[in-house]
Amino acid sequence: MKKLLSSALASFGFARLIIVAFLIVLVIGAAVLGIPLGPLLSNALVRTGMNGIFVLAMLPTIISGIGPNFGLPLGILCGLVGGLLAIELDMRGFPAFFLAVTVGIPLSATVGAIYGWLLNKVKGSEMMVSTYVGFSFVSLMNIGWIIMPFASPEMVWPIGRGLRVTISLADRFASVLDQFWAFQIFGVVVPTGLLLAFSLMCVLMWLFVRSKAGMAMKAVGDSRQFALASGINVDKYRLLSAVLSTVLGAVGIVVFSQSFTFLQLYEAPMGMGFPAAAAILIGGATVRRANILNVILGVFLFQSLLVVSLPVINKVIMVGGVAEIARIIVSNGIILYALAQVSRGD
Amino acid sequence: MKRNFLFDNMVVLLFVAITGIGIWFSGLSLGFVVMDLVTRIARNGLMVVALLIPVTAGMGLNFAVILGAMAAQIAIIAVIHWQIAGISGILLATLLSTPLAILFGIFIGRLLNKTRGQEMITSMIAGFFADGLYMLLLMVIVGTLIPLRNPQIMLPHGIGILNTVDLAILRGAVDDLYRLSFPHFMVLVAVIFLSIGAWFQYSTRGSRQPSAKKALPFFLIAGAAAISFVLTRSPDSSFVIVSVPVVTFAIIGLACAFLGFIATTKLGQDFRTVGQDQHVAKISGIDVDKTRIIAITISTVMAAWGQILLLSNLGNLSTYGSHISVGVFAIAALLIGGATVTKATVGQALTGLVLFHTLFLVSPMAGRNLLGDAQLGEFFRVFIAYGVIAVSLAMYAWKRAYAGKRQLRS
Repeated sequence: MKKLLSSALASFGFARLIIVAFLIVLVIGAAVLGIPLGPLLSNALVRTGMNGIFVLAMLPTIISGIGPNFGLPLGILCGLVGGLLAIELDMRGFPAFFLAVTVGIPLSATVGAIYGWLLNKVKGSEMMVSTYVGFSFVSLMNIGWIIMPFASPEMVWPIGRGLRVTISLADRFASVLDQFWAFQIFGVVVPTGLLLAFSLMCVLMWLFVRSKAGMAMKAVGDSRQFALASGINVDKYRLLSAVLSTVLGAVGIVVFSQSFTFLQLYEAPMGMGFPAAAAILIGGATVRRANILNVILGVFLFQSLLVVSLPVINKVIMVGGVAEIARIIVSNGIILYALAQVSRGD
Repeated sequence: MKRNFLFDNMVVLLFVAITGIGIWFSGLSLGFVVMDLVTRIARNGLMVVALLIPVTAGMGLNFAVILGAMAAQIAIIAVIHWQIAGISGILLATLLSTPLAILFGIFIGRLLNKTRGQEMITSMIAGFFADGLYMLLLMVIVGTLIPLRNPQIMLPHGIGILNTVDLAILRGAVDDLYRLSFPHFMVLVAVIFLSIGAWFQYSTRGSRQPSAKKALPFFLIAGAAAISFVLTRSPDSSFVIVSVPVVTFAIIGLACAFLGFIATTKLGQDFRTVGQDQHVAKISGIDVDKTRIIAITISTVMAAWGQILLLSNLGNLSTYGSHISVGVFAIAALLIGGATVTKATVGQALTGLVLFHTLFLVSPMAGRNLLGDAQLGEFFRVFIAYGVIAVSLAMYAWKRAYAGKRQLRS
């Protein structure tokens, strides 16, 4: 029994244990300090839904053996273009939201296919290459945001050229999902539409993983040699996983932005891949193995940690930026931990 | 042979062309470009040189140089707190940052030994992680757990270091020790490189390779310096505004000489062996792990010193920002000089420094004149930095994957 417990603990991982313990301490701290837990939980739910699809985007590439998709900004940029187009066409509410998604999907699928082709050429160094391909694409789009022919006065600078750094969605599709069927229970506001959208994506992914294509993808991730020997086209399934992940990045940013109520251009997408990778790792995934449960658990734990840490720490000491510091340390710490685990395993 | 030269130096030649176009369209005078370039090279030179040894040791581009920069910044904040001005302040900062940088270097080295094959992504994430701890230290712990009271460098409520710390008492402490006009500096360069070249040419030591081949680049640089002297000697030349911080360049020169010296020692040989094949190195009795830790530690310490030079040149410290991009820009400069993930030389580092920083300083003006927007030029140079890293990494990984596949088949 003791042996079983210690092996369960070992598979859960030391770093994860620290994070969960830290979260428990924070929640107890919040209760002791008299911080109402209802609004905290509402906030955690919203942020889980907001970030969930990004975290889900890590799943296909991990399954296919590429590893966490640090090139997520590629998909995010495509989704942003969809959002901008919806405003340019002067659309509002759900139609605007769906237009952003429908424009984002084909764009991101195309970009994802090229990206997947590249990743097939650089097997073994995917994480580093994807990170810098993402960074370069973000900095290339910085030029793009200035020269693209958008004209809506809501989006462009009143003087000079180019799109604004943040574009308000207040009169467009802000909170369309958050407020859809939203209800309040025990002081907790449940963003039903948002959680439904996230759940829908999770269910679709769950079905995909169990489909024939999903199984083949898993086989490729387990062992390329073995998959090749069984007649599976390794490169095809890796490419498919990159496309899926990039498309989820595009859908994810539209969902994220409607909750955030702003579209963020320029440097903002650059760092969005890392917290998503960290979340799935916190949920129990490794850079080689992951499932839907890791996604849901990970994003909820990680976002709760961020939501709860801010008021608790600020009650103890009044310092700005503590939540940001916690985010940086936790997300990069867990990624480092996971990287160190890989070579021990292989 | 000719075609080989073109192919081998494709990257450099491409950037020479881009930079040339940039200078042309910026409309800046050559003297102004060189003045700015001299400052920028003095500022960033050591950081680029710091990247070389880990490449030799097969650990790729050391994205964790920013830990060295953080060590330097912590030391500089201490020096400012004690108000130690001028060169003694710089020396104290060097003295304080070195043990910190060694500690960080050993830490990164051990981490990278656990993540073989993924060194670069690990060093990059380690940089981000360390940035979090650095922020925790300077924003939260200073003023709470560390009882520091100094309104000059701290936020009004007594917790945390200010966003910008004024380094006026350290400004120019190294650069202004001894300055020379551009033509005179060129004479100095010509004399030094001529002597080194002559030494290589006629020394009998280490005559494994024809020493004339080794001496040639030194003679070429000496010749170029002599020609520059003749061209810029006249008082009407636009180069009169250029004044060269000799001591800073001497430090960068010494660092390069140190790397050249290390290459001839047993340790340098170990770096190369480990870099080529860790397995072979292990069989020949080299302590691979220790050699890799030493490589990263030297790199981190040089990075710390490099950051001290940079900050004393700038004259102010952006506490939470000065270190962020130094690693990426240094790496981009090295790669533009023609280096790759597995091979980088002092010559490539210096070429890259000149090209990257020329591009950096002309692109806003070129952007305005060419495209009607200076902002576009600024975005373009950032794109170049990230783009050249992405392309280099992809090319390296592509070759590695291809080689692996061939090995599998045979």
